[in-house]
Amino acid sequence: MLKKSSRLYSVKTNSIKSSKNFQFLILLIIFLVLYFVVPHSETNYLWRLPSILSEFPLWINDIIYKSLYVWLPIEVYDPVFEMYEKKATFREITKFLSQILNILVQLFRDILLGGTKTIKLILGDSFVSKQNLFIPATPWPALVCGVALIGYKLGGRNLALLGGISALYIAIFGQWTPSVQTFSFILLTTPICFLLGLSLGIWGYLNKKVETSLQPLLNIMQTMPQFAYLVPIIALFGLGDHAGSIATIIIATPPMIRNTILGLKKIPAEVVEAGIMSGCTKFQLLFKVLIPTARTDILNGVNTVIMQCLAMTVIASFVGAKGLGLDLKIALNSLQIGRASEAGLCIVLIAVVLDRYSKAWAAKQRDYFENLNFYEKNKYVIFFVLAIIAFSFLSFIGGSFFDKINYFHYIPPEKGLTIATKIDGIVDWVWDTFFYSLNIFNKFVLTNILGPMKHSFLNMPVFATFILVMGAAYIVSGVRSSIIVGCMLLFIALSEYWDRALITAYMATFAVLASALNGIIIGSLASQSERASRITLSVCDFFETFPSFIYLIPVIFLFNITDTSVLIAAIIYATVPATRYTVWGFKSVPLELHEAGDMSGVSKRQKWINIELPLAIPHILLGINQTVVFALQMVILGALIGTDDLGQMIFAALSRSDGAGISVTLGLFVSFMAISVDIIIRKWAEERKKILGIV
Amino acid sequence: MSNTCISCKSVYKIFGDNAPKLFKESNGIVDPNYFQSEGCIVGVNNASFEVDNGEILVIMGLSGSGKSTLLRCISRLTEPTAGQIILDGHDMLSLSPKELIEIRREKMGMVFQNFALLPHKTVLENIAFPLQVKGINTKDSINKALEMTELVGLKGRENYFPRELSGGQQQRVGIARSLAVEPGIWFLDEPFSALDPLIRKEMQDEFIRLQSVLNKTILFVTHDFDEALRLADRIAIMKEGVIEQLDTPANIVLNPATDYIKKFTQDVPREKVLKIEDVMFKNNIDSKVSISISKDDLIEKVAEKILSCDTAVNVVDPKNNNVVGSIDAQKIIKVIFSENKQH
Repeated sequence: MLKKSSRLYSVKTNSIKSSKNFQFLILLIIFLVLYFVVPHSETNYLWRLPSILSEFPLWINDIIYKSLYVWLPIEVYDPVFEMYEKKATFREITKFLSQILNILVQLFRDILLGGTKTIKLILGDSFVSKQNLFIPATPWPALVCGVALIGYKLGGRNLALLGGISALYIAIFGQWTPSVQTFSFILLTTPICFLLGLSLGIWGYLNKKVETSLQPLLNIMQTMPQFAYLVPIIALFGLGDHAGSIATIIIATPPMIRNTILGLKKIPAEVVEAGIMSGCTKFQLLFKVLIPTARTDILNGVNTVIMQCLAMTVIASFVGAKGLGLDLKIALNSLQIGRASEAGLCIVLIAVVLDRYSKAWAAKQRDYFENLNFYEKNKYVIFFVLAIIAFSFLSFIGGSFFDKINYFHYIPPEKGLTIATKIDGIVDWVWDTFFYSLNIFNKFVLTNILGPMKHSFLNMPVFATFILVMGAAYIVSGVRSSIIVGCMLLFIALSEYWDRALITAYMATFAVLASALNGIIIGSLASQSERASRITLSVCDFFETFPSFIYLIPVIFLFNITDTSVLIAAIIYATVPATRYTVWGFKSVPLELHEAGDMSGVSKRQKWINIELPLAIPHILLGINQTVVFALQMVILGALIGTDDLGQMIFAALSRSDGAGISVTLGLFVSFMAISVDIIIRKWAEERKKILGIV
Repeated sequence: MSNTCISCKSVYKIFGDNAPKLFKESNGIVDPNYFQSEGCIVGVNNASFEVDNGEILVIMGLSGSGKSTLLRCISRLTEPTAGQIILDGHDMLSLSPKELIEIRREKMGMVFQNFALLPHKTVLENIAFPLQVKGINTKDSINKALEMTELVGLKGRENYFPRELSGGQQQRVGIARSLAVEPGIWFLDEPFSALDPLIRKEMQDEFIRLQSVLNKTILFVTHDFDEALRLADRIAIMKEGVIEQLDTPANIVLNPATDYIKKFTQDVPREKVLKIEDVMFKNNIDSKVSISISKDDLIEKVAEKILSCDTAVNVVDPKNNNVVGSIDAQKIIKVIFSENKQH
């Protein structure tokens, strides 16, 4: 019985395989014929479609304008003119949100960095100046202690050392102010993202309709380039820390929603039933059964949120958020590699520490019956309070001990240690020594590989592109996908930005091909031994804690501002998911199949080709899916250092007063490109899985 | 009537979006094939039965026979498509959500196949959970939970997490949790199916011991016919959503209603299932015979004694030593070895 069915399967797969390969071959031939036959003329619709959707950005601008100034007017009292005025409700809402966020950001900073701004905001200027109120900042040694204590509580000595030394480094190297600004930013945005994501996720879990409408929205949000949100946010909320936090919240909430839904869906039906049979009310079921049971996934979501928030620091600085991101941006703009590296290092340190902390927290199980006394239960809090008192006292004494700057209280940037000059020295040395060879390599890549590739993409008639993409979608996953993909492409093709989109496509394609190849090779090699694959996975973990723009720092100093730099950054960045999924794929091959292979006497190479690779392919495909998203993100981010694709247009829109429409439109283009690939690849992977009988 | 604890009348459960509409059109005659062609699946098809106070009713069937669905209809974990369910005087289908929660808190306990323990709570907290949900304070609920851990033999493991326990131990926690509120009605959904055979046997013994102490009204779902025979007062055998036969274990073994049920009964070692009472002659009482046996003994236990007698032996009721019937060697041989099901 078993034999029969498996033989049936293999016959079926073979016929599918060969027929699909044949279909692809025909598709390719048609594409090539069209590519060379269609004449390049602006009036030929087979070459380029007319840009009849060029008004689209204006419509978006119009919507934003009307929602801010026209729609839903309400009476608002104006204290200055002492009269009621008609204002749009939406505008009042955004204003209110901005104010709350601003006060919260200030509050965190006041506590950590010192100041009276929040009190001024709440109580008014006169109160503060009358009382001559000044609240000093928490002294940095106290905060370093606090970080180490939390680390100790969460994960013992090693974590305490990691956190403590990182905080110490940040303080001593004079990066305290921007780092704490960034940190306070995360302290604010993470809980908001958490609550928002959790509640939306729960809603989606409870209500099927909500989930189905959330799904495409999340797809778009997670593939939209982060830049694209900035101009509309400026239009709606203005500039400042609050705008930065709103941008961050928009970017970092979707993964929280995803994780919550995923975690809740994984709960066995029986556990839910056990809750119901215990007589839980809906409320009790949610908070005592569902959420605690999905705890691990939800906390993983929190980890992702923290990482996303950090990754947003640079981008948020474009709308006025202060902190390390702003320093890094300024340094990158003026090509100060040393300073950029210092700021970048601090971001990485904060990222690594928060990542480890939140992971340790997620893994920690509460011991309910420790039966500790008051001191044991609260000893870390007590230590922390003691540290604050001790170091406040110390900094008080330091005030009279040091001449001008109280080092026990705060180390200003110009007085801190620095490695910037050393890094600049290294950069200079690299330039002096390798300039010619690097330059030759760079020129070679540009003129012989990238240039021709870009050219061939731009020479692609629009009709040929449609045939190729829609055809591939049809062959892999049927008519419906083909039509969806076609519509998304059409939306891009009917705009005036088709050529820009082609450039983005060329860069992304190159980066995806290279990183997929890298990833598959590294992944398969690593999977040959248990230890190597473990090490590879932890290296991937490590690289994934780096916010994306960090990768740009080394490449611009090596290859200057060219497509090569952006592509190399994109390839390194996108190789990580490709590698990770390949290792996972190889790991998912059941042990029995390895044993069956060994007993049939296969060689290592035969095993790789005949057993491991085919079974790992669904995983690898999903990895490539991720690679596409990562590569596109980095290509768009490349606009930071200069490219000429969609990203650059989005970037340019930042300085235009009517840029909101353009940046949203272009953002949607990028998102659609990623989603098109996702539709094709995901279906393909699912089909492979079905054929292989992997659930 | 007063002794009836659960009563089901024409309960139907049909899965599918247009099930209610199709059911209305069918006038109570449900053809599974027709419903399937319309995209619906018939889970429970016209189930009617009653369970007395303190009785163990085992619902037996293979996977997909609708036995778990029926159980879930009665506990209202799934909404029946039609029918009437009276539980301890309450019309289950007309209860408000609030009343339903109240009944679950006071009257029902349920044990699940895969234990369904809360992974983030310890043994003690899992057991105390239904009590805490009710609003009983931590101290009282933990005390009660401690009592329950002792009852199910988990003393010393109160602070373990479920993942640190074996399957059998986890199910003991599940049992303790379901009994913590001292419910009158106890639902068990294949409670021992996920366990190894030896552990299963041990847990069945444990179940019998508990029931002898607690005397609950029990609905027990299983796919294991031997388990059903061992534990049941009565067995309901289900196939494709229909209750094929509902009777005592002895009657099912001796008089299987359909060929389907025969398939289960034919390999059953009767001497291990049937009591003397089930096979004795009721009227042939011979007062001359001196040897007598109890009517509650399994055939297995007294077969040797009967077979070594030339004449029939008396069967007595152990409670009052009255002679209630007789049995002879021939009858025993016929019951154990004959393929023919009539006695």
